[in-house]
Amino acid sequence: MLRLMPRIATLCACLIALILVVPLRASAQIETPLQDALQTVQPLVASPSRATVPDMLAALIVADAPGTVAFLRAWSDREVYERPEDGLFFFAREGADRALVLIDIDTGEEIGVTSSREVNQIRPNAGVRREVGAALVQFELMNPDPARRIAALESIARSPDAEQAEALEIALEAEQDSAIALRMQRLLDLLNARFATETATRVDAIEGLRGDISTEARRALNQILQTRSDFGETLPEGTNVARVRVPGDDMALIAAYAVLADAGLVPERPGRNAIRDVLRANVVDGTVGGIPVHQLDTDEARRAAYLALQEAGTVAPLVTTADMEAAVAQYVFYDAYLEADPAVTGAARDALDSTRTRISVWQFLGISIDALSLASIFFLAAIGLAITFGVMRVINMAHGEFIMMGAYTGYVVQTVIPNYTTSLVIALPLAFAVTFAAGVLMERLVIRHLYTRPLETLLATFGISIALQQLAKNIFGTQARPLTAPDWLAGAIQVNDIVSVASIRVAIFVMAIGFLLMLLYILNRTRLGLEVRAVTQNPGMAASMGINPDRINMLTFGLGSGIAGVAGVAIGLVAQVTSEMGANYIVQSFMTVVVGGVGSVFGTLAGATLIGFLQKGIEWFNPANTLAAQTFMVLFIILFIQFRPKGIVALKGRAAGD
Amino acid sequence: MPFDIPRNTAATKRSFLISNPSVLWFMGLLGLFTIGVTVLSEGFGLGLISTNLVKILGMTLCLCLIAIAMDVVWGYCGILSLGHFAFFGLGGYAIGMWLMYARTEINIRESLGRGTIPPTELEVSEAVAAQIFGVVGSSELPLIWSFAGSLPFQLAMVVLVPGLLALVFGWLAFRSRVTGVYLSILTQAMTLALSLYLFQNDTGLRGNNGLSGLQNIPGALHVPQAVISMWFFWASAFALGAGYLLFAWVVSGKFGSVIRAIRDNEARVRFLGYNVEGYKLFVFTITAIVSGIAGALYYPQAGIINPAEIAPIASIYLAVWVAIGGRGRLYGAVIGAAFVSLLSSWLTGGGAPNIDLGFYRIVWTDWWLVLLGLGFVAVTLFFPKGMGGLFDYLVRKKP
Repeated sequence: MLRLMPRIATLCACLIALILVVPLRASAQIETPLQDALQTVQPLVASPSRATVPDMLAALIVADAPGTVAFLRAWSDREVYERPEDGLFFFAREGADRALVLIDIDTGEEIGVTSSREVNQIRPNAGVRREVGAALVQFELMNPDPARRIAALESIARSPDAEQAEALEIALEAEQDSAIALRMQRLLDLLNARFATETATRVDAIEGLRGDISTEARRALNQILQTRSDFGETLPEGTNVARVRVPGDDMALIAAYAVLADAGLVPERPGRNAIRDVLRANVVDGTVGGIPVHQLDTDEARRAAYLALQEAGTVAPLVTTADMEAAVAQYVFYDAYLEADPAVTGAARDALDSTRTRISVWQFLGISIDALSLASIFFLAAIGLAITFGVMRVINMAHGEFIMMGAYTGYVVQTVIPNYTTSLVIALPLAFAVTFAAGVLMERLVIRHLYTRPLETLLATFGISIALQQLAKNIFGTQARPLTAPDWLAGAIQVNDIVSVASIRVAIFVMAIGFLLMLLYILNRTRLGLEVRAVTQNPGMAASMGINPDRINMLTFGLGSGIAGVAGVAIGLVAQVTSEMGANYIVQSFMTVVVGGVGSVFGTLAGATLIGFLQKGIEWFNPANTLAAQTFMVLFIILFIQFRPKGIVALKGRAAGD
Repeated sequence: MPFDIPRNTAATKRSFLISNPSVLWFMGLLGLFTIGVTVLSEGFGLGLISTNLVKILGMTLCLCLIAIAMDVVWGYCGILSLGHFAFFGLGGYAIGMWLMYARTEINIRESLGRGTIPPTELEVSEAVAAQIFGVVGSSELPLIWSFAGSLPFQLAMVVLVPGLLALVFGWLAFRSRVTGVYLSILTQAMTLALSLYLFQNDTGLRGNNGLSGLQNIPGALHVPQAVISMWFFWASAFALGAGYLLFAWVVSGKFGSVIRAIRDNEARVRFLGYNVEGYKLFVFTITAIVSGIAGALYYPQAGIINPAEIAPIASIYLAVWVAIGGRGRLYGAVIGAAFVSLLSSWLTGGGAPNIDLGFYRIVWTDWWLVLLGLGFVAVTLFFPKGMGGLFDYLVRKKP
């Protein structure tokens, strides 16, 4: 390999020179420069072998014809045909009736139809293809266009190969761009760590990967650390042993014995099923070994019968635990690295260990971001409730259906307006308007009459929730409707291989913050907010001050419902829009408000944060099971309310009401 | 006023039944109904009522039983529990485990017994486990199924599991003075947690597959369903009668007065020296146990139980029945549960004719829930006494 390096380097240098010069000369050329060049080395092109490739490449480079690289690629992919009568080369595509349409290699024009019998397909063998491939990779790596160089690097990273190391090394020396050089250096380390021949080179390369948390680096190191299980009478010399297994301790005795039996070193151990089958096969006159069949319904009886058969010499002997221990004690069971060099595996293990702490820090960060995102969704779902339930003390079980209504509004707008960005911009205020109206209507028709009977408000709004859910089902059907985010929100922000966050979630986070600020402003800085707080604390006194409590209640309820509608659009972008989507959030929303502390916007924020982090935290311990996380979260909340019945942010004094 | 709720029987010292004529009326009607259904049934009578309808009626009786439990805890004691259907489901799961295990064991013994050598106990239990849990990709018997083969044990579980859960949960909730809507939301959270827990495949109750084939009773596998359905119908009718008597007795005496007082003004009762938490805990637990028993009778008739039955929505429907029937009177709860659940199965089962308005066709399976929801709002707003309140008009119009 090393011996080949300078030669390939020369070839590549020539190829590059050739490509750079081509555009200047193309117009001045006669009509078939490539064909002419190929004809000078016709036999080498037509019947390639590994030994002749360098000569052929050298000749082509000297000839300097346009399209040489494309031709070589096609040639090594077996897409070039030779016509025996005149020795010319063609590309071809399949025509009608299995005929071939020949294509001129210089002009790219179709020049005629022929049958596949009249031309020879040129089939370079694997060695030739590798050689040409290496030269082409090299060529790509030294392409003047940085995007092409990066693409070449990515293709190497996807399918790493021992041959690519030399090409990389040469390219690295010539590389000017420091970012690309860094990437090359790392790829080179990855390749060397796995494929280099000298221990020192490999250890150096592995050292270079120390602390690298990318998946590809860890994958490379783990590949070096692959093991196989084996056994022998003693630990063999020169084997890179990962660990020795002690049967009965960190390896089941039966499993160890089975390994020996599989190797044919000891007789098979008849298991429970084998014993049963043997007995079944040896029933004589309703008895087995002198024991009546109907008594054979315990393991002891079956064993006794089997031993009787064994005495008679008709069956293989039973293997006792003592037998197994004795057999197993004669052998050593161990895991050995596939990689024979202990220096390399040691370095790889060190390097992996060194990344462990950093990985957990990043993972923790990733989970925190997930939790924050979940918290902002909970917050959005609950913030409307924080107003209606928290400020007005009205239980609105139809809150979830307002969320659903908002999401369906978004869906309808999207079916009317195809542009996702425009439709989103229109859907947000429209969802607010629709649910605001629905909220005001509900307050006027139902809730107004029930202010003194909170439990009945719960029931009545629940009735509305059932009706709205079924209405949505009747109108939109039962299957989930998509609410698509515009392209600029569709991607993800990739921090590194461990942490990435979808743009849409960032947008929802920003939106949640926006709502928080807006609500705080409305409640604390506007006339409406002042009146809302006054009516909440003492409706009678507020009325005597000239505030109309009816109007304020109506507006407050509308505001809470309207926010639910906007939240619905946001939630619809990350979850699916179904008639049941609101019901999925309602219990958690109430939890959020209650845990946070009823009557406080900051409480809702705290509640949402706590619940979001809690759920993600539990999921971390048991990642496969979201349901379990939700179960434990609800249990935690029930216990939490035991100790802080008023929630995290408990109101004090007059604001606490009751 | 024969239908009115007696105010204080301890003071008047009349006998329980005479002072509660509604109990006698109810028992009489229930008895007549049971005899009527028996005479008309396929299994024992004229065959005018199909086995399927007998099952629906039997199930309705179980729903009436849990409705009176709900009425006691909500209508009399003022605790709007959104968790009683969870207790109902737990009772169903407890009996379902035995039904499923014992039936599978019988089948397994039969098929293994056909071999030349009888199976060992271990082989049987392994085969049963593989059969029951194959659907969730496991072949091991979970710990909670250890005694699933024992009917007395599982019957005890029908009472103990809902009872203990209600006791612990109620103790925690009442101790920290969680009341009103907060308590409702907390019970709903409990229900949600339980149903999410049961939805998991690895909790040993077959995840969302639930338990099935419960209509086949081990030991009576050859008995036709027409007969079995009547057995369960009688059992349900008996349980409803017994439950009605029990609760009528509980709410009629001094105890009843105290829990009604708690409903109306909890703080005042506490200041009078009563142990409010104790009373509430007792009511909460005893109604949970009755709910569990109702569930244990319901699910063998339904044939299948899965976690969706326990979802929070089911408990809310229970509250809807009681509210429509009329809170604070036991027969109101029975009327509400029977009326709404029978109407629901008639309308959603395709029994009702669809109405063609010319421009729109009302399909009842689509519009029933809308009707129920809006009807429920109307009842809450305009008829807080529910359908049971109609009796007040009848009674007052007499002389």
